[in-house]
Amino acid sequence: MEKVIDKKVLLKVDQLKQYFPVKTESIFKPKAFVKAVDDVSFELFEGETLSIVGESGCGKSTTGRAILRLDEPTDGKVYYSGQNILELNKKEMRKLRGDLQVIFQDPFASLNPRQTVKQILNEAMAIQNVVEKPKRMDRMLELLGYVGLPPEALDRYPHEFSGGQRQRIGIARALAVDPKLIICDEAVSALDVSIQAQILNLLKKLQKQFQLTFLFISHDLSVVRHISDRVMVMYLGKVVEIAEKKDLFDSPLHPYTKALLSSIPVPNPTLKRERVMLTGDVPSPIDPPTGCRFHTRCPFAVENCKQVEPALREIRNNHFVSCHRAEELAQ
Amino acid sequence: MLMFIIRRLVQTVPVIIGVTFVVFFIMQLVPGDPAVLLAGEGASKDTIEAIREQLGLNRPLYVQYFDYLMNLANGDFGVSLKNSQPVLDEILVRLPITLELALFSILITIVLGMGAGIISAVKPYSMQDVGVMLVALIGISLPSFWFGLMLMYFFSVKLQILPVAGWDSLLHVILPALTLGAGGAAIVARMTRSSMLDVIRQDYIRTARAKGLRERLIIYKHALRNALIPVITVVGLQFGALLGGTVLVESIFAINGLGRMIVDAIRMRDLPMVQGGVLFASLIFVIVNLFVDVFYRFFNKRIELN
Repeated sequence: MEKVIDKKVLLKVDQLKQYFPVKTESIFKPKAFVKAVDDVSFELFEGETLSIVGESGCGKSTTGRAILRLDEPTDGKVYYSGQNILELNKKEMRKLRGDLQVIFQDPFASLNPRQTVKQILNEAMAIQNVVEKPKRMDRMLELLGYVGLPPEALDRYPHEFSGGQRQRIGIARALAVDPKLIICDEAVSALDVSIQAQILNLLKKLQKQFQLTFLFISHDLSVVRHISDRVMVMYLGKVVEIAEKKDLFDSPLHPYTKALLSSIPVPNPTLKRERVMLTGDVPSPIDPPTGCRFHTRCPFAVENCKQVEPALREIRNNHFVSCHRAEELAQ
Repeated sequence: MLMFIIRRLVQTVPVIIGVTFVVFFIMQLVPGDPAVLLAGEGASKDTIEAIREQLGLNRPLYVQYFDYLMNLANGDFGVSLKNSQPVLDEILVRLPITLELALFSILITIVLGMGAGIISAVKPYSMQDVGVMLVALIGISLPSFWFGLMLMYFFSVKLQILPVAGWDSLLHVILPALTLGAGGAAIVARMTRSSMLDVIRQDYIRTARAKGLRERLIIYKHALRNALIPVITVVGLQFGALLGGTVLVESIFAINGLGRMIVDAIRMRDLPMVQGGVLFASLIFVIVNLFVDVFYRFFNKRIELN
């Protein structure tokens, strides 16, 4: 069942940081920053689906946007096919955007309400000049076919479609420029569960068909379990664990991942499960806890966790975790 | 669309009748008797009484009002109490002047206002944004009679590049139109800015960026077109305020337009003239609103469907 991924790195994110300045109460105080993404590094292999999970505000969407330079990151490097795209100038970046596409969460907000589907698709192709003008009409019909929309859809406006159909339009739009990598930012979160499954299966089918690589950002673990090859867990702007999906779901190492996984509802009331409950709220990303950022809520925290920030270490094969006590707790 | 326009036109009829009602009865509340003013000071009681009789002012008010309405329905706006000229003739001379002034003013409002709003919204919270918005705030705060006089002093008296007052050439239009349009431009600028900022944060703007679209195209093609709807509404409303403003501006710049005519007529208690003038002014306003509604529908495809 498991897909075989040849380990060719398509995208390498290196120490990515995204800080947003916040208003301070006094002009004499030093400027404060929300450290939305703080020193995040990971690799994305060609043809795989890597999911980023975590609760709201952990920096998963910000990571996606920073990679695409939709918000200019504060620091770090993002290598795409060996090239640091953060160093590209505007023109080079525009050209590269054909390779990197994005699908947003809200299918109502991500399509211009004043453009027909035809205009939406056509514009995408025109900018990147992927298809010659006379062939564009055929290409548009082909795209609609891929995402399961009728040809009549071309002359309609986004508001004439349902949420699921709009998301299909969004996917067709992303495909229009022949991308290599698609960042799906909560791409199914706004949809009904039944529609979610349809869209997820569509994404899987398209991935196979066009050898796409997905960076799948989601807070929904069931969805992540369905679509991913590997999973990366984030907490307060940091990566806490990265592993193959099966490995992560079967034997999570980080206490936070364990808590997160035990929160997945199981549709079986007789099943007794051990639940890891977390107390307290997520601390403020403006002034995150010292040492391990999770120590304030971690049931296993010791003195060392408050002082020293744990590095991301490979504990098992391809299983990285940033926890001082990972080995201990694994037993 | 045609049905919509017809329906809107029918809706304007009660509005116009309402306007005649209000204008007619408010003029009755204004102190001063037109008969006394016409007869002149020291006229005998008999003379005044005779004038009343002649003008029909001695009849009950509701009779006068219905009489007035019936005449209106026949296209008869009455004759001026002052010089016995038909009111309609006078209005038709004055109206084009006011319309021209209003048109140039609204043009200034739209061009200056939207331009400034876009400049602000493209780089929010930057120096250029703060600067433009400061000027807009000043524009809203300045009373037009003072602003008009200042413009007059600076451009006509000091620099002597524009005429002081009157209404002869296109050069004469500039200062009054600027005076009249400035306040509206400031409001439109602020509206455009906030509306643009709203739209720029939308995902489809991000999508457009992600596609690799040029920033200029993102702003004009995607952002501005979506941001325009509330701005159109404001421009329409602003046109109403502008008509009120003509009263002041026409007086300052000695322009013989509809606004000044109404002011003079009120001073003379020239009832038919006031009624005719106000009626026409409200007619213009109603028509402009109709245009805004139609334009709005045309622009927002979603409204048309619902």
